[in-house]
Amino acid sequence: MSSNVTVVKRAPDSGSVRAFLHKLAVGDAVAHLITLVCAASIVLITSVLVYQLWTNSALSRHAFGWHFWTTQAWDPVFEHFGALAFLYGTVVTSVIALALAVPVGVGAAIFLAELAPPQVSDMLAFVIDLLAAVPSVIYGLLGIFVVVPFVRVYLAPFLESALGSLPLFKGPSYGVGILTASLVLTIMIVPFIISVSREVLLAVPREQREAALALGATRWESTIKVVVPYARAGIAGSIFLAMARALGETMAVTMVIGNEPRIAASLLAPGYTIASVIANEFTEATGSMYLSALIELGLVLFLVTFILNGLARLLILATEQRGGSHA
Amino acid sequence: MSLRTAWRKSVNVIMLSLTGACTLVIISVLFFILGYLIWNGGKDISWDFFTKLPAPVGEPGGGMANAIVGSGKLLLLAMLFGVPIGVLGGVYLAEFGGRTFGFLVRYTTDLLNGVPSIIIGIFAYTVVVVPMHRFSALAGGFALGVMTVPITVRSTEQFLRAVPNPLREGALALGASKWKSIVTVILPAASSGIITGIMLALARVAGETAPLLFTAFNNHYWSSGWNQPVSSLPVMIYLYALSGYRDWHEQAWAAGLVLLAFVLVVNVSTRLVLSRRTSVPR
Repeated sequence: MSSNVTVVKRAPDSGSVRAFLHKLAVGDAVAHLITLVCAASIVLITSVLVYQLWTNSALSRHAFGWHFWTTQAWDPVFEHFGALAFLYGTVVTSVIALALAVPVGVGAAIFLAELAPPQVSDMLAFVIDLLAAVPSVIYGLLGIFVVVPFVRVYLAPFLESALGSLPLFKGPSYGVGILTASLVLTIMIVPFIISVSREVLLAVPREQREAALALGATRWESTIKVVVPYARAGIAGSIFLAMARALGETMAVTMVIGNEPRIAASLLAPGYTIASVIANEFTEATGSMYLSALIELGLVLFLVTFILNGLARLLILATEQRGGSHA
Repeated sequence: MSLRTAWRKSVNVIMLSLTGACTLVIISVLFFILGYLIWNGGKDISWDFFTKLPAPVGEPGGGMANAIVGSGKLLLLAMLFGVPIGVLGGVYLAEFGGRTFGFLVRYTTDLLNGVPSIIIGIFAYTVVVVPMHRFSALAGGFALGVMTVPITVRSTEQFLRAVPNPLREGALALGASKWKSIVTVILPAASSGIITGIMLALARVAGETAPLLFTAFNNHYWSSGWNQPVSSLPVMIYLYALSGYRDWHEQAWAAGLVLLAFVLVVNVSTRLVLSRRTSVPR
């Protein structure tokens, strides 16, 4: 391809105009332009998305300012909007889900990358990718009819009798609630942690493992003291990626969280998340202030996931390049 | 064997078995989901499900023919919007892309891929539903189309880059212009990969519910046109699962099984196509 460029540069005398006309005549310039427009439209779509979220939330941003995020009242009738309860529900469900998903996910990734024979590992990784492909509404369906009864009949009574003295597990449980949503989210984000962590673990150069084993380390010691630290930035990236998924997950959470905009001390109590309130109330939002408040919720959700995804990509890229340059 | 060595060895065995147990738990979740859906949805699925309109509450029977056709229409619109931008954008990145702008496009694409689907719904609402003053199949198709773009772009770029350079050089040496070599040599060489990328993107958006709630909305009857609200399988699953009627729950299970079957069949078959392709020696 570089030879092609030199030919064009050496085109006789009148130089770049002639070369341009030549390119136009053979159609390369046109093809370049068309594909460029398509590529640019991706950037355009993303910019318009940000612009729309920003301008359509202006009403609410100006009316409430930062109070929007520090007050709890969500009253469409009197147009008082405070998003603290949604913020709380979103953060708590995601944090619990991560706390449960990270050990399991990283553990499974270690198994797939370090222990399982390559063919078995590839096959299991494919099955796990399938788990990530299951639509979230199906997780919601199973959530309603399997996880909710399970929590109501077994898990909540057990937690209450064992740890009921803590405010975290006090009070009656209807099955739906923060804890149930966290459990469903856990299952949904584990595949992302596994598949990305497995990739970064596989990108760790062989010599690192061999050196550790040669020094007398057991398999587990070489994994936990050498391989995992080597890949830690990439694993952190996979966790950020999973966190962004958890924060933005809508349907499955909406179906099992109970949809009550209040902050309760108990994890067994119903709650609400940012994504759920948008899903539930967007079509019913009659006043422009109501709509604007919902779009402001969307704007913040977008910004947070945007930042988390950006960080995750950089971390994963850094780890894989580091591994690649040593190989 | 010293005590310390014995301790280290047992830690080794215990921790490694724990990682195996983690994997086992996750894999069994998938089989549980599959099994439960087949068991629950299988008994409610019938010929009527594919051919009849939803029955009113209390009447047994009925189906989701309108939702199945609606999902098809939405996917068609998504493809019409997403595939040209996705494939041509991918061609730009692989064949023309400059360093800085290429990086910008790639990064934006990855970020767009991570945007929660409900936000895409708000976006489609503001740019399609508001100007048209109504919920419509077009708005839903647009929302899903935007979501197919990132996967299509990245997979197209990846498979074009996998085409060996001698093919490009051969075409150019024969006197073909660059676009002609792309259209007649490079794209055909990568076509099976590109098509699987498109299929995967469609399988992903086929299950999306959140962006459809306030774009395509829902419709209990046949949709009378592209600018009318339209029903879709994921939205029907959502509404029926949350309803209080036993008949509707059964319909939701049946719809869930159909949707999951579609998604899994596309994923598994694309995987088979790709592995066969890559195992063929060049």
